[in-house]
Amino acid sequence: MLICEALVIEQDDFRLTADVTFNTGKITALIGPSGAGKSTLLAALAGFLAPASGRVMWQDMDLTAVPPGARPISAIFQDNNLFPHLTIAQNVGLGLRPTWHLTADERACVERALSSVGLAGLGGRKPAALSGGQQSRAALARVLLADRPVVLLDEPFAALGPGLKDEMLDLVQSTLGVAGRTVLMVTHDPDDARRIADQASLVAAGTVSAPVATQAFFEAPSPALSAYLG
Amino acid sequence: MAQRAVAIAPRWPGAAAAALVLVLTIGTLAAVGWRAEWQRGLSPADWAAIRFTVTQALVSAGLSVLLAIPVARALARRQFRGRSVLITLMGAPFLLPVVVAVIGLLAVFGRAGMVNSALAWLGLPAISIFGFHGVVLAHVFFNLPLAIRLILQGWLVIPAERFRLAASLNAPVGRLLEWPMLRAVVPGVFLVIFLICLTSFAVALTLGGGPRATTVELAIYQALRFDFDLGRAALLACVQFGLCVLAAAVVWRLSLVDTMGAGLDRTVQRWDLRWPVLDYLMIALVAAFLFTPLAMVVWRGVPGLALLPAEVWAAAGRSVIVAGASALLCTSMALALALRGGRMVAITGVLPLAASGLVVGTGAFLLVYPFINPARLALPVTVLVNATLALPFALRAIGQAVEGIDRDFGRLGASLGLSRWGWVRIVVLPRIRRPLGFGAGLAAALSMGDLGVIALFAGEAQQTLPLAMYRLMGAYRMEAAAGAALVLLALSFAAFWICDRGGRGNADL
Repeated sequence: MLICEALVIEQDDFRLTADVTFNTGKITALIGPSGAGKSTLLAALAGFLAPASGRVMWQDMDLTAVPPGARPISAIFQDNNLFPHLTIAQNVGLGLRPTWHLTADERACVERALSSVGLAGLGGRKPAALSGGQQSRAALARVLLADRPVVLLDEPFAALGPGLKDEMLDLVQSTLGVAGRTVLMVTHDPDDARRIADQASLVAAGTVSAPVATQAFFEAPSPALSAYLG
Repeated sequence: MAQRAVAIAPRWPGAAAAALVLVLTIGTLAAVGWRAEWQRGLSPADWAAIRFTVTQALVSAGLSVLLAIPVARALARRQFRGRSVLITLMGAPFLLPVVVAVIGLLAVFGRAGMVNSALAWLGLPAISIFGFHGVVLAHVFFNLPLAIRLILQGWLVIPAERFRLAASLNAPVGRLLEWPMLRAVVPGVFLVIFLICLTSFAVALTLGGGPRATTVELAIYQALRFDFDLGRAALLACVQFGLCVLAAAVVWRLSLVDTMGAGLDRTVQRWDLRWPVLDYLMIALVAAFLFTPLAMVVWRGVPGLALLPAEVWAAAGRSVIVAGASALLCTSMALALALRGGRMVAITGVLPLAASGLVVGTGAFLLVYPFINPARLALPVTVLVNATLALPFALRAIGQAVEGIDRDFGRLGASLGLSRWGWVRIVVLPRIRRPLGFGAGLAAALSMGDLGVIALFAGEAQQTLPLAMYRLMGAYRMEAAAGAALVLLALSFAAFWICDRGGRGNADL
């Protein structure tokens, strides 16, 4: 379980509190208005922001003081998920081991990860030679390969068209979801949550509410959620 | 994001680079201040040097700016074949060794130069390039292109929509748009050039001299080299430092403009244009003024190549080594400082702008003189000083790039768990190839042509190419000097070109 224990994040005069548990192996959608702190919560979980108080726990391990690269957490951001000067294979390989050179075995793993997201044979290209959807797939391949139990998705597909976005969401479910990763996905589109999330959590008015099964979340919306959905 | 939770780049090299810069700027200054004979005060000759330094800098900066305004206006509103090439070439004087330009100017304006030949043919009296006129002429030659580029930039940031609006209102473009822009841009340009002219030792060395045309830096050189009067040299160095700090403080507040700036290719559609002939005449005159001396360097230099004594080639070899070492050191320091980031580093990076090579050189001389013959350290000291003086320019290019990489990819790097060196090797270095190459080229070219600190330290056996060339000129071996000038010109531009080209490569940025 990924646990936010009395977590308080402060930035200038913005304040977000979270006291919630995200179950292992579930895809959770974080929904809320922009500026409510969804991305800020992910930044704190990933280790980019030190919380003002409280703890982040994974199973029995306290992550609060662990640097980002050493946490059992992978992330895909809104943009800049690939280094433009490295090939796709090199980018994906960084998920395995942060170095230039990979062994033959490792290269085979990279190739398998690329095929699993539909990019077989494209490892030699640079990101600029790929479409936006293919770039998202490459980032996903790296996360698959990194084999860290928690995955944070900070609206990585927001720039894609609706058809492509749905395709990517399905791919997330069929890869990360099937692999039993604990996925936290930021979105402001309820349809994204309905499509793949097991549960959903509202981030609004400075608090993160406890996750609820997706169907129940939308069928019996809390007042705050009703206000957001309009 | 307000903070960076993790520092992913190594930090100690930045501290080492900052320490080196501090020793070379503040440290040498301390040495100078300690040795200065304050009780002696400034002699009338010293006051004359201060007056001359300031006056020539004021006049040079004023003339450069005044001449630049109509040319920049012409370039801003006319479109013609070769316009962008002309503008690019106007960036070249920044890399042009001063002694080379002086040779070219002598060929045009000197005693047996083109202008005097024409005057003699017309039965008019000859003009002299030495003294006040010559110093100002050389400074205008160097800084007019800079002024044109900077003021042109000002013209081109006026939005095209404003010109359209002015045209539809039939309003005077000059008073409405151009005059306010000039009032904002020109003072900064004037100050930048004023500062450059305050510290241009080599121009005063070659074209000035004598009691009526000696700058403070030239007086330092003479006190150290001819009179071996260390106390006076140190005192004058303090004076020079004071002048530079005053000017640099003002300039830095105005933020030094990118001298190699891109984006000058644009012309704005205008509806108020008459008299195209005047504009083109202006452009042609300036181009002739700037490129005739350079053409003369090549024209006179080719026959001179055969006359070059062997020691000039040896000096050229030394120059290449000095330039390479200085470029390497300069870019390493810039990279280390950029990776460390922060306020302290920003300050260290601009300190050298206030330093004059001669002041740093004098301080270094005073520091090493009690222990070792300074001539033996001539080349290492030159490398150190050249690298430090070029640092602000390299740091500006590299620092911005590193900041951008941190901003765009810092989180990705951290979440992947890249080690500090891994971050530098896998992400930073490949992504900053361009500014790194540009910075290295700049440092190499500036070092290649530098005639400053080397003149304080070197004997016959340590001379670099600019110094060897200066000595040939001093011995009135002008043909050989012209040959050396051509070699130096070629080496400087080749050094820049190779580094800059190397940085371009096939980098997908």
